[in-house]
Amino acid sequence: MTTATITAPAAGELSHRVSPADGLRQTLTLAWRTIVQVRHNPWELGDFSFQPILFVLMFNFVFGGAIAGSPDGYLPYLLPGIIVMNMLFVTMYVGTGLNTDVTKGVFDRLRSLPIARWSPLAGRIIADQVKQAWSIFLIVGIGVLLGFRFQTSLLSVLAGVALLLTFALAFSWVSVFVGMMARDPEQVQMVGFTALFPITFVSNAFVPAETMPSWLEGFVNVNPVSHLANATRGLMLGGPVAEPVTWSLLWAAGIVLVFAPLSVWAFKRRV
Amino acid sequence: MTDHAIWAEGLVKRFGETTALDGVDLAVRTGTVLGLLGPNGAGKTTAVRVLSTLIRPDAGRATVGGYDVLTDAHRVRQLIGLTGQYAAVDEMLTGAENLLLIGRLLGIPKARAKQRATELLTQFDLTDAADRAAKTYSGGMRRRLDLAASLVGRPPLLYLDEPTTGLDPRARIELWNVIRGMVSGGVSVLLTTQYLDEADELADEITVIDHGRVIATGTPDELKAKTGSQSLAVRPEDPSQVPIVTSVVGELTRATPDVDGSRVMAPVSDPTVLPAVVRRLDDAGVVVTELTLRSATLNEVFLSLTGHPADDIDDTDSEGTNS
Repeated sequence: MTTATITAPAAGELSHRVSPADGLRQTLTLAWRTIVQVRHNPWELGDFSFQPILFVLMFNFVFGGAIAGSPDGYLPYLLPGIIVMNMLFVTMYVGTGLNTDVTKGVFDRLRSLPIARWSPLAGRIIADQVKQAWSIFLIVGIGVLLGFRFQTSLLSVLAGVALLLTFALAFSWVSVFVGMMARDPEQVQMVGFTALFPITFVSNAFVPAETMPSWLEGFVNVNPVSHLANATRGLMLGGPVAEPVTWSLLWAAGIVLVFAPLSVWAFKRRV
Repeated sequence: MTDHAIWAEGLVKRFGETTALDGVDLAVRTGTVLGLLGPNGAGKTTAVRVLSTLIRPDAGRATVGGYDVLTDAHRVRQLIGLTGQYAAVDEMLTGAENLLLIGRLLGIPKARAKQRATELLTQFDLTDAADRAAKTYSGGMRRRLDLAASLVGRPPLLYLDEPTTGLDPRARIELWNVIRGMVSGGVSVLLTTQYLDEADELADEITVIDHGRVIATGTPDELKAKTGSQSLAVRPEDPSQVPIVTSVVGELTRATPDVDGSRVMAPVSDPTVLPAVVRRLDDAGVVVTELTLRSATLNEVFLSLTGHPADDIDDTDSEGTNS
């Protein structure tokens, strides 16, 4: 037994590194896993399905009359706002999921497997994009039932969805950072909600900035949520597009530049 | 070194001020079980994490299956199965989905991965719970699922990091049987444990570590001979007879007995000492109210190996709580 080097059965020759194709396959497997999880966690399904529908209905019928004279008049303004708000909240699941994996030891198991180092994170983010697309579809669906109509071309609407998904991708890094810093998944949710509520509400997502005191208006006008809501409105309903889209993309790039390195740092500190 | 599944020399790992590993040497011969025995905070989990490529050592060198854990980590990962201190299963997935996930990640085609999952669920007596989310499982079931998950790819080397911590005695013995079954199938195992009896039951060789240093190595029998695997306690009815008891026990066990009140205690490595003690005390006319022989605790082993009791400090290298 002097030369009995242990070998994996069936594997034959061991490979030195993961091929990009295998890495992609592993990423999709891990994305599948994140989607399947939802089946056993109806609470999460509610968060990115029923909750946005509820928001549309409540905001529309409760505030519509006061803000725009009637729910029908408010809906076109409101719907893009709800889509942006919901998009930010859904990204928090990336961080919650990562944190759960780290605290439960699942992350160690994944890292001990011969899989691409980046696949656990990439799998999460791809699953997040699926959830995002599903949420947007639902919100638009309920909007259409209530009388919302696109005023632009299909291409323009798809560009709007692409912009939202791109921003979600960038904002996922914030979620990853919070997920790596937080003690437990509950803390991720808490920090996420505490930060996201003011950011989404102190914007033009639900109410035009002009109606606010001037000191608040200043903040609202630089808030990326405002730019993103304006860009979505422009791409779905018509109106100025170039400026809000540019600002949204600049914000997305800025968020990645700051939070991707921070996340990597937090990740190394944690594992 | 190719007849060694694991070969590690001079491993050092520091976390800030804490030195978790302070020059640890380890060797696991292919096809055998090495028990890594030590109290909380001894560095057991850190050693496992280094050897499973999860963290990089600050110094020293380790090969797994002949491959360097630093420069050939991906090959090492193809050889190992890891079962951590906490059951690392996805609670939101069913048992079957957990195993399918691992199989798919290892590149096993879907149909075969499903078949392998079914096989393992049967082997680990989880068939009835296969389609329930793992969050509904009991502690013992989770451990079994976790162990099953580390076996999906039939790895030739298994790391079992305190696999029975927190399990009830029945589940513990069941898990021991499972581990024995795997070893008879030719798998090499690095087993960490806080329990002397567990290492004794399962390990071919034992390495005892404390404060990140190896303090003893040997077969279970060698260690027992060195430290006394059991502990004898005798209490005479008449406290004035303690000196007689002490001399009899000391002579027969060839150890210096501890006296606690009227109770005389000594480590024993040969169980035939017990009848001899009974005869001698009877001859001397000593009536005893207590006479027990029990397994030595890890503390007693530590006491005899290091001269100091095992400090029960928190394990700096294990983030999780035992469940």
